[in-house]
Order: sequence, then structure tokens, then C-alpha cells
Amino acid sequence: MALGSDVVLSVQDLVKHYPLTKGVVFKKHVGEVKAVDGVSFELHRGETLGIVGESGCGKSTLAKVLTVLERPTSGHAQLHGEDLFAAKGKGLKALRRQIQIVFQDPYTSLNPRMTVGDIVGEPFQIHPEVAPKGDRVQRVKDLLDVVGLNPEHINRYPHQFSGGQRQRIGIARGLALKPSVIVCDEPVSALDVSVQAQVINLLGSLQDEFDLSYIFIAHDLSVVRHISDRVGVMYLGKIVEFGNDEQIYERPAHPYTQALLSAVPVADPLGREDRHRIVLTGDPPSPVNPPSGCRFRTRCWKAADLCAQQEPALVPRPGVEHPAACHFAEPEKVIVAPEESLPS
Amino acid sequence: MTATDVTIEPGSESTGDEPVLVVEDLQVEFRTREGVAKAVNGVSYTVDAGETLAVLGESGCGKSVTAQAIMGILDTPPGFVTGGSVRFKGTDLLKLPDKERRTYRGESIAMIFQDALSALNPVYSVGRQIAEMFRVHRGMSKKDGMAKAVELMELVRIPAAKQRVNDYPHQFSGGMRQRIMIAMSIALDPEVLIADEPTTALDVTVQAQVMELLADLQRERNMALILITHDLGVVADVADTIAVMYAGRIVEQAPVYDIYHRPAHPYTKGLLQSIPRVDAKGAELYAIKGLPPNLIRVPPGCSFNPRCAYAQDVCRADPPPALERLSGTRAVACHFHEEVLHGSRQ
Repeated sequence: MALGSDVVLSVQDLVKHYPLTKGVVFKKHVGEVKAVDGVSFELHRGETLGIVGESGCGKSTLAKVLTVLERPTSGHAQLHGEDLFAAKGKGLKALRRQIQIVFQDPYTSLNPRMTVGDIVGEPFQIHPEVAPKGDRVQRVKDLLDVVGLNPEHINRYPHQFSGGQRQRIGIARGLALKPSVIVCDEPVSALDVSVQAQVINLLGSLQDEFDLSYIFIAHDLSVVRHISDRVGVMYLGKIVEFGNDEQIYERPAHPYTQALLSAVPVADPLGREDRHRIVLTGDPPSPVNPPSGCRFRTRCWKAADLCAQQEPALVPRPGVEHPAACHFAEPEKVIVAPEESLPS
Repeated sequence: MTATDVTIEPGSESTGDEPVLVVEDLQVEFRTREGVAKAVNGVSYTVDAGETLAVLGESGCGKSVTAQAIMGILDTPPGFVTGGSVRFKGTDLLKLPDKERRTYRGESIAMIFQDALSALNPVYSVGRQIAEMFRVHRGMSKKDGMAKAVELMELVRIPAAKQRVNDYPHQFSGGMRQRIMIAMSIALDPEVLIADEPTTALDVTVQAQVMELLADLQRERNMALILITHDLGVVADVADTIAVMYAGRIVEQAPVYDIYHRPAHPYTKGLLQSIPRVDAKGAELYAIKGLPPNLIRVPPGCSFNPRCAYAQDVCRADPPPALERLSGTRAVACHFHEEVLHGSRQ
């Protein structure tokens, strides 16, 4: 997972608002759900970018917009230098080939009436130039083999597979068109612990083999750390902190990141009595009416008047080498993952 | 030898009395069209006042079914309790007639479910649902019940409880709904609380709040807590004793430090090894190969043998290894527990 220098995907100021309407016939516009509200980043070749945050922070909307399943309200993105959101028709179809998605729930993201062969081979029907017709069955079998499934099971239906195997089917489908970017939206959170490790390993080896870039969206912070080169922390539609895994996990500077990390239970009972935990009060505010200034201020212990008036920019600050959107950013170590004391 | 041969006494304070809840050799099977699935196959555990027992396992290992059998809320058919006993302070609940058993539910043993949205009734206000506990079990009037409901909602730290008591479940966030479930479950001051994946559907920051609340309530009321989960992190934080389940059996049972630092069963060890670690970032994770077995066709011998690195011929032959006592506080069901304990991996 070496950091390549060439940028595959570049995103500037991405915004996605969903309109809120009232009334059945005459839909009155009453507000907006600000699901994604100004997100920018660059994704390099062969890199894994982790996106973490609580439910409702806009991480899945981000995935949908990046795969052009939803049109953004504003903002730009370039995939291999080409404008992703300006493209239409044939141009868009060609771009979509380059960016694929693996969904969270392997139970609902596979059509129960299609065989595995049909599911994994469907991308070839849409993009026939990738595999000529006579070649397709062999290609599907190869793909099943790559993701660790028995190619002989090509005529089985999704219900005949376990959750982990279904997720492999979803990954095979994502790989079919040889994309350069795969957006993984919570790919392991529906799986059992012992199966999770298998799928994470598979994603890692596929990345090396096909030189893939991943956008890895998850709420499990230890899994994200394991697989990501860089991590963005999202809160209410915005990235509040951005850095490589060391910076985010060892020296988090934004209070939200610190709270999030300290809330993760450590899988080691040793020293649990002395563990310092930042317990946030309440739930995240509604994205319809986010707080003025800093969006985290309503749950933040550092909040001052300045936070309500002025929105902090996502920039490096004195004493913090990586960008953090907090007026009072200050690195502080909070424990996250088990140390070497566990059996290995 | 059956699993009944080992019943582990919790903690050090042995007063001669039996622990609050004793489950012994519990057997539950599901009779389906494809065959009979032994979902729970000789499970025994005990939990005492103030103690936290964590039942750890993957989906389908029988951890929730055990809880349902204890509560007496198993769907029959297809589920049937076919053997064993569940003793609450000496009374075998499985032998009681339905009507009598009802008096224990909520009053002595209460349960919290994973998905609060589907566990709460969407057409009644949360206050009414909490108050129902007092009306049915204590014969209180509606008004008194509602007053009690507000009290409980305050106890589980729901802000503006008085104003929100008439709200419906969908008007609350996931964390708040889980608090309402907790309020309902502790309403009648039960001595045993079973929490079935109480925080799985919640975000980590909310999970921390809910776990803290549960721990505080348990301490204040000296409740016995059975925490059913697959999350190795949550367990490490709160458990006193852990029972690891696999394919309907307890494969290892030990105090929390022993499980995490000296696992004696290959399955426990494998689970711990598959946690991503800081010092091995990006490296391949240890993964237990294969899948948990279909309970209708459990492999002969030790049910973990097809996935196990230690498996020998003896593991593939019936009977499966019995839960064998290693010391006063721990037990394991593996022919090669010595090798697993002392780290000679094969």
C-alpha cells in the first residue's frame, strides 16, 4: 500500500443537500438536509483513504455522490483529470467504469433472483467492450476464483452463500470492470468477527494485485486504521480532521476525533479501571439545522464564544501538523488498539 | 461425560448458597423442515448478584437462544427446550406452569433487546409502555404508572423526561430508544438483567454512554448482568467472567483476564488474533479459516475441528471434548488446551 504520487481522484468542495418538502400535491420547500457540506480531498493511486464518522454524518451520501449514483448540489470532482459531474451519456458511462462500489449489506445488495454468474457478469452487459460475449463465463469464473469463491458455484443463487461469501460476490462484481477506484461503504460491518478478517485480507491483497485505490468508509475505527493510509473524520457533513493514520490515531487534535477514539472499547481488559474516556453528551444535532460556527460545539467541552461565531477552517494549526477544523486544536493521545500483550 | 460435570462457581465469596441464576445442561433444538438444529447443546453457566457474565460468540452460536430459553420467550414451534434446568434462586423456571412463570418475567429476570425500534411498540407512547410494567405487575393506576415512567426516564438520563413521556418510539434517536428499553427492563427492580447485543446497533460514542449507564445501574442495584455480544471490545471493558460459545456449546469459560491473555481454546485464541493491531498495521490479519457450521449438520467430534489449526484425528471422533475444568475459575472444551495455553502453535 505504498503512497503513489499520481492523483486518481480529486474532489473539491463537494456539497449534497436533499430538499425537505411539505404537502402532497403542492410540495413546499421547507428546508434542506445538509448531508455532505463541503468535502475536499485527493486520492492517490494504490492508496486507501478511510472515512470515519457516526451514522448520519454523510459518509454514505459521499459514497453515492462519488459513484454518481446521486448528483451533487455543487462541487467538482476529477477522475483521471476528467470532470466526473459534467460528464453525460457515453462519457459518464466510461467514467463510471473506473469507479465502482461495494455495499454494506451483502443481503440486500444482491438480487435474489439472479445467479452469481449473472450478478458478477452483469457489468459486462453494460460495458460489453470489457469482455467479448464468448469470453464472459470464463471471466466470471476467474473473478470468483480471485475473490476466493469456488468457480463451480457460478449457477448458485445468493441465498446459498453465507454473509462473508456474499460480500465476496459483491467485491467480485466491483472488480469486474477493472476499475481504478473502489468505494467500500461499510464492507465488513455486517460480518462476524472471524469472517471480517478474511474479507479485510482479501481487500488488501486485491489492492496490491490490481493497483486499486480504495475509499474505505466505516465506523469501526480499528479496521479503518488497519487498512488506511490516510483517514478523514467526518462530522455532520464536513471533514473535521484529516491526516495519516499516525496523526489521526496517535495525535488526534480535533475534540471530536479524540472523543470518537476514546469511545472505542479496547479489546484488552488490562488497565480498564484507569482508562480515561471522553463520554460525549447527547446525540449529533440534526443536519437540517446544523449549529452555527463549528458544528461540533454543542457537544464540545472546549467550546467558547468564538466557536459559535466563526466556523473553523480545515487547516494545520500551531502545534498540529495535519489539518484539523478546530479553533482550539491540540494533539492529545488517546488509547485505541490493543498493544502487544495479547496473544499473537 | 457431559457438560453438566462442570459448574463454575463465580468469584471467591462462596456463601454456600447457590448463585442467583444457575443454568444447567440446557438443551434447545429447532425442528425445521430440513432437520433438527441443536441450537443449544448442554450449556451451563451461573451468574451471581453484582456479577457480569459475558456470553461471547458469533451469529448462530446459540447465545441469544440460550437467553430466550431462560426468559421463556422462545418461539415454540420451531424452538423446543428439550432438557436441562434454569434455576432462579433455587426454583426451576422450566418446570413452572406458564402462568406462574410470567410472574418472574420482568420482575426477577428482565431482558434488553438489540433493536429497540422493533422491540418497542410503535403505536403506544413510550410512557405508556413503561407504565404498563407497573399496571400489569403492580396493579397501579394509569396516572401513578405514568409518574413512575417519568421517574425511570430521568433515571436513564433522558433529557426533559416530563415533556417526552408522551412521545412515540420513532421520535427518539437510537441511543434514547435503547435507554427507554433499559428503563422498561429495570422498572420492576429485577435481580438478573439479560442484555442481548444492547449496543450493536449504536454508534461508538452512544455505545459508550449506554454501557456507562448499564454499569452504573448494575452497581447501584447489585444486579446480575448477562451480556450477550460478539464485540470483543465491549466485553473486555465490563465483563467479570466470559463464556465463549461455538455451535451451541460453551467452548471456554474463564475470568476476563485469562480469556484475553491466556486463552485455552483455539477458537478464543483465533478470535483475539483476528483483531487488527497497531504493531502489525497493513499486515495480513490472522483469519480463522472457513465458516461456522450449519447447526443441522454439525461435524462429528469437536464442532470447531474443520477450522482448527490444532485438529488431530481425536478431534474428529465423537464424543466431542467435554468442558474440562482447568482451575477453580476456568474450564475449556479442547483436547489440546495445554498446547493452546502454552503457545506451541501447529
